[in-house]
Amino acid sequence: MLSAVTFAPLAGALVIVLFKMFSRAEDSGFIEKNARGVALLTTLVTFVLSIVVIIQFDPAVAGFQMVEYVPWFTELGMGYRMGVDGISVLFILLTAFLMPIAILASWKIEKRVADYMIAFLILETLMIGVFCALDMVLFYIFFEGGLIPMFLIIGVWGGANRVYAAFKFFLYTLLGSVLMLVAMVAMYVYAAPLVADGASPTDIRELQQIAFPGGMQTWLWLAFFASFAVKMPMWPVHTWLPDAHVEAPTAGSVILAGVLLKMGGYGFLRFSIPMFPDATAYFTPMVFVLSVIAIIYTSLVAFRQTDIKKLIAYSSVAHMGLVTMGLFAMTELGVQGAIFQMLSHGLISGALFLAVGVIYDRMHTREIAFYGGLVHRMPVYAAMLAFFTMANVGLPGTSGFVGEIMAMMGTFQVSTWAAAGAAIGVILSAVYMLTAYRNLVLGDLTNPKLAEINDMNVREWTIFMPLIIATLVLGFFSTLITDVTAASVGQLISDYQAALAASAQ
Amino acid sequence: MNLSTLTAEYALFAPEMVLAIGAMALLMLGVFIKDHDKAVGLVAPLTAGLLIVAALVAVFFVPAEGGQAFSGAFVFDPLALFSKIAIFGTAAIAMLFAVPYLKAERLARFEYFVLIALAALGMSMMVSANDLISMYMGVELQSLALYVLAAFNRDSLRASEAGLKYFVLGALSSGLLLYGASLVYGFTGATGFNEIAIAAASGEVSIGLLFGLVFIICGLAFKVSAAPFHMWTPDVYEGSPTPVTAFFATAPKFAAIVLLARILMEPFGAMTDQWQQVITVIAVLSMAVGSFGALTQNNIKRLMAYSSIGNMGYALVAIAAGTEIGLWALLAFMILYVIGLVAAFGVILSMRTSEGMVEQVEDLAGLSQSHPGLAWTMTGAMFSIGGLPFLVGFFGKLFILYAALQAGLVFLPIALVLFSVVSAYYYLRIVRVMWFSDPVVKFTGPPATTAWITNIAGIATAALVIVAPVLFYLAQNAGFGPL
Repeated sequence: MLSAVTFAPLAGALVIVLFKMFSRAEDSGFIEKNARGVALLTTLVTFVLSIVVIIQFDPAVAGFQMVEYVPWFTELGMGYRMGVDGISVLFILLTAFLMPIAILASWKIEKRVADYMIAFLILETLMIGVFCALDMVLFYIFFEGGLIPMFLIIGVWGGANRVYAAFKFFLYTLLGSVLMLVAMVAMYVYAAPLVADGASPTDIRELQQIAFPGGMQTWLWLAFFASFAVKMPMWPVHTWLPDAHVEAPTAGSVILAGVLLKMGGYGFLRFSIPMFPDATAYFTPMVFVLSVIAIIYTSLVAFRQTDIKKLIAYSSVAHMGLVTMGLFAMTELGVQGAIFQMLSHGLISGALFLAVGVIYDRMHTREIAFYGGLVHRMPVYAAMLAFFTMANVGLPGTSGFVGEIMAMMGTFQVSTWAAAGAAIGVILSAVYMLTAYRNLVLGDLTNPKLAEINDMNVREWTIFMPLIIATLVLGFFSTLITDVTAASVGQLISDYQAALAASAQ
Repeated sequence: MNLSTLTAEYALFAPEMVLAIGAMALLMLGVFIKDHDKAVGLVAPLTAGLLIVAALVAVFFVPAEGGQAFSGAFVFDPLALFSKIAIFGTAAIAMLFAVPYLKAERLARFEYFVLIALAALGMSMMVSANDLISMYMGVELQSLALYVLAAFNRDSLRASEAGLKYFVLGALSSGLLLYGASLVYGFTGATGFNEIAIAAASGEVSIGLLFGLVFIICGLAFKVSAAPFHMWTPDVYEGSPTPVTAFFATAPKFAAIVLLARILMEPFGAMTDQWQQVITVIAVLSMAVGSFGALTQNNIKRLMAYSSIGNMGYALVAIAAGTEIGLWALLAFMILYVIGLVAAFGVILSMRTSEGMVEQVEDLAGLSQSHPGLAWTMTGAMFSIGGLPFLVGFFGKLFILYAALQAGLVFLPIALVLFSVVSAYYYLRIVRVMWFSDPVVKFTGPPATTAWITNIAGIATAALVIVAPVLFYLAQNAGFGPL
């Protein structure tokens, strides 16, 4: 089942490739029309499959479920292993949920449509694969493989400065990842003689059982941190994100903010925390400091942005700071809140980028100063944007509030100072979001170029409706998420405490 | 020595005999056909067939358990078998690449194909050498054939320069190799690897033996174009006719690196501590030169030359491990690297406009729109050679990292991944040119055989991930054989 979810998009991509291969150049219009249709259909099927996964999933079980195994490099102990637990299953749903929206949002792409859709579908396979992989090497393949389609998406369909942004994105992330690769191989070498006969030293479940020696943990933790911190992104290695976001096409930004950033947080939960508990405890203060800096500093930076996409990008960094803080608090509330915050941020930031896309498609500029008074011409849009602005600020009733309050409370139990810093960040987020909203939407419509701007059409509405509903539902019924994650998070924390207690003796 | 042991020994030598006799016969055939084009039309497919027959003989006729022949001067083991198949296969592919190119450039002469067969024979000797003399014989046979091939376009100034440069520096490296071999002989009293191994393992390592070993390493480092003995590579790659460059990049590198691995791990296996430092230095230098040198190259053949220097650095990391794992990691890496190279050079050979061949990176602009198939192939090849997942080249690097860390090396694997990030830049640059820019020059499109081979290799760079375990299994068996 998990393989079906993972590889369904790839099958769709192959269909488009076959279309391209077996049709003549004159048929390009036909190919393009079909590429859109095939891509939308594929992502919808994937979404249905992911719902089947979540229905089959049993939230009461803490361990991995729906495990699949196919022999692959058996001599080395590697294997094709897939499985989900309460932490990963919701990310699969998030990815599959955002993809049809992203495809719909790219409906107006005219340039090389077939290639665009192929790249997105391959990307979806790789993203879902990251959350399904139970084998360390398989995880790495999915994790890093995602760079290739994203590089092409930013580079081919991006804005004016796209080449620079694509290279920066790729090389920055690659540098972090390769250090993680060395660490993974080192873990394999250490673990290979220790695992029981028949068990695999690349199996994530086995690795979580192995107590790595203290000094080694530190280095391994740092290597993994190099990768995940860049991916998150954490201050001070966040600088690729604003560039990538600004240059990426709308759908690319949605996926980048919605899913790719979450891989960092997921990686912490899957590798750093359970496998290197001593190092995690040792580095927690550092993570808190970095997170607080990220929250406050990037909020201030966001306030000064003149480009809407950059503003949202910096706001993403700030929100991710809250996530890392919650994760490393290692209290049940904190971790649950961090996961909730990641999911909710996936929806809200995705929606904000889509909202930017709506006006960008009309005016082809993202300068905040260009706009103003949109409410007079686009009342529906103004209302929608107000909703997501509030959600991003963390208004009670939206999913943003639940994640923030949980993560902050969880952190408060461990470190008052860190939680206080986070609270300042929440205030600042209201400052920059509301300022931006006022400059964009309220006031008088002074720019004559805006006089003819039209409100959202049906396609755009269809894109936003599921996001609005999801944000509201999660805001009111937060147990939908926490019930799924509770068992796995509980297990994670008790294992972590046990490991710390064991090494303290 | 009675007749039955003689036939048993010649059975091990059968692929080389097939090649040697076949190459002579083809030479005669070519000489006696007056018409140039006819001679090419006949000799080219026959030589490709000859190589395939030689590979089949190696697989099916030679006794699978292998053994040593000619008083231990020649060895046939799984390592040799694996390498021979790879060498004959890539030589045959290089030949298929060459036919349409040579015709278009009016260079078509049957000697080209005979020379490739002779070079393949020399490489086959190299990977089977178990004696300093047979090693030198193999190295020289392939080198002499390659010198001529490099200058095959004798009317071109650049090709002649490439040939001469290659010859002079190659002769120097052969001299180093020979000097090293004589030192080793002088201090161990033997030329056979078996005897040298005994001498090297017994007690104190004499400084003379060490000197000899270092000279041999230097000589072979020339052949694999490892820094600081890499100077000839960019010029020769650029100056030679492109199919020759494609050949240079694949089979000879494979043969030389296998020979280096065999020498270091078999006769000098007991001296791992000594040569590990030398190899470490060469490996780091190669990776540095390869990754930084290529950053500013605009000629794609020069870029591939630097890329090959860097990749040889990675291969040397596997050798530096000095273990069985290192050996099979080396083989797996090399074979996956060669697949990427075949795809890449297939595309480079397709860069032909109505005015002739073009070689600048910028000429690839907009390839994804004008020739999507070629662009996808080149993208796959670049990411595969760059060692990024989900393409097969990644596994080569993964195994090397594994071998190095398993052997307790920490610095080398970290250097490897960091340099691979630097080199990712120029692979990405090629991808950028193909995908992000609009077409400038118009290619006439690749010839049919080139297109087929290229696209199959391109698909292989991605699709092989699924069947990679099979390749890995073969490499592992080959790697575990000789030790």
